[in-house]
Amino acid sequence: MAEANLISTPQATPREADAPRDSLVVRFGADQPLRLDSGVELSPFQIAYKTYGQLNADRSNAVLICHALTGDQHVASVHPVTKKNGWWETMVGPGKPIDTERYFVICSNVVSGCMGSSGPSSINPKTGKPYGLDFPVITIRDMVRAQAMLIDHLGIEMLFAVAGGSMGGMQVLQWAQSYPERVFCVLPLACATRHSAQNIAFHEVGRQAVMADPEWRGGRYLTEGTNPRRGLAVARMGAHITYMSDAALHRKFGRKFQDRNNPTFSFDADFEVESYLRYQGSSFVERFDANSYLYLTRAMDYFDLAAEHGGVLANAFRNTQTRFCVVSFTSDWLFPTSESREIVHALNATSARVSFAEIVTDKGHDAFLLDEPELFAIVRGFLDGAAKARGLGIKE
Amino acid sequence: MQARPYRELAAANGARNTTSGRVDLLVVAQMVEPGSRVLDVGCGDGELLKILTETKNVDGRGIEISREGVNFCVAKGLAVIQGDADTDLADYPDDAFDYVILSQTLQATWQPRVVLEHMLRIGERAIVSFPNFGHWKIRLMLLLFGRMPRTANLPETWYNTQNIHFCTIRDFRDLCNEVGVKIETAVALDAWGRKLRLNFPWWVWNLFGEQAVFRLSRRR
Repeated sequence: MAEANLISTPQATPREADAPRDSLVVRFGADQPLRLDSGVELSPFQIAYKTYGQLNADRSNAVLICHALTGDQHVASVHPVTKKNGWWETMVGPGKPIDTERYFVICSNVVSGCMGSSGPSSINPKTGKPYGLDFPVITIRDMVRAQAMLIDHLGIEMLFAVAGGSMGGMQVLQWAQSYPERVFCVLPLACATRHSAQNIAFHEVGRQAVMADPEWRGGRYLTEGTNPRRGLAVARMGAHITYMSDAALHRKFGRKFQDRNNPTFSFDADFEVESYLRYQGSSFVERFDANSYLYLTRAMDYFDLAAEHGGVLANAFRNTQTRFCVVSFTSDWLFPTSESREIVHALNATSARVSFAEIVTDKGHDAFLLDEPELFAIVRGFLDGAAKARGLGIKE
Repeated sequence: MQARPYRELAAANGARNTTSGRVDLLVVAQMVEPGSRVLDVGCGDGELLKILTETKNVDGRGIEISREGVNFCVAKGLAVIQGDADTDLADYPDDAFDYVILSQTLQATWQPRVVLEHMLRIGERAIVSFPNFGHWKIRLMLLLFGRMPRTANLPETWYNTQNIHFCTIRDFRDLCNEVGVKIETAVALDAWGRKLRLNFPWWVWNLFGEQAVFRLSRRR
């Protein structure tokens, strides 16, 4: 397989950015610009996406999955670059809680991503070179607007469900706010209606790590043939810590040494947790674009649903008919339960139909991606109930 | 709450059985208009919501304090949130529901009076069921043995029970008067889950009712 050799070459990322393997792509021409919150119009632009399952005759069984910061459209299929399984394969697939035998699942790469949707590593048609920092700043609402254009393109009037965790959860909430009549039910998991100061602070550390790398070259590394791998790897290492809990790190690694019994009295990766983080960092740079990382973290930072509605979150969901299933995890300190509870309180204030469960786990923020039987039961049960109410046939 | 052998009696009343055999749930369900909007506070495993959804076609929501209860309910497709009656009722707007139900939960709240007031702010009507601490067996246990009573219905010891605010039927009636709510209808159930005759005086209910169900509305 010649393709396998591409994995570790620096060119693999930009190639995937414009001409993704194994994904569908829809291109929106000059007549269909993406109107951004910043006031800029992005045009032309493209969205890469994957679908699973079959759309039914009345187009009522579509489920949109929104990926998290470093996720992509390969939610339940082998990743073309890493060759690893889909990031939510435990949740999405035949017979899984989001059952592709019943639902038509759509997952798109967000705008400003690097897996085939237009982003900073795409070629700017005006210059013939990668956009770099000339790519406009994107918000969560812009991502959702682009997804809505994709859903229009697919001829789907109303999505049965929109689901996602973390940054995906923010998109889910934005969907419920922007297009309440187009979503029957939503599952925002491990998320919040705004990014906290602490979260913005962590993101800033990550961005500074990228920008401090001399190979970043003011964001023009693709044109100049460099790659800020070290900076991006450090950003990923820092972020990865926030995705886990102290308890989970301790259980997994403790203070165990890697391949030795005594310290080397050096700055080698003596501890297992160090080599784990180094591995996380270096494998991440193989599949991700540094500028995309800047844009996506920025989009999360700007997200504040209440601010757009006079500071009153309940106004964002006024008179909503959408059913909500909010889920948080006890050991998630990035998006703690208190922030999910704020969503629930706002929804209660509008008499929305909301379910809310907090799941006890020590796996931290990443729990929504991991094997959590209670989460699976809740998602399955909630979707079953909603499917019944929507009149989708339920296979027993 | 402990399951009780109410089934035959429930069937005799023309009601469907509950899975836990809790006849008070059927009494509560009978007090709800079909098709109404219902908030069940302290909904446990969602049994009442399920009965109401299936037999009365209500638009039902629930609040439950235990995570297991919530997760069980949500997994069954019920709209239930994890929350605390004492603190979370404040978030709901006025007149959001037709009925707010508190079944066998009043005695576990920190501020029963505040909870009751919220219930009748959020809902046009409130339905409250609670164990009657004025029941003769309970009185007798205190009188004869000088110990906090434990019954099949209230099996926990005083130091590990979630129930912190017991009241009698008479006490509850007084609270309703104090808060200024109207008692539309009230039912007392004896130890066998039978309804006590409506024409019995209140003191008979207070002595022989093991649990009580009240439907309340705002005094106009």
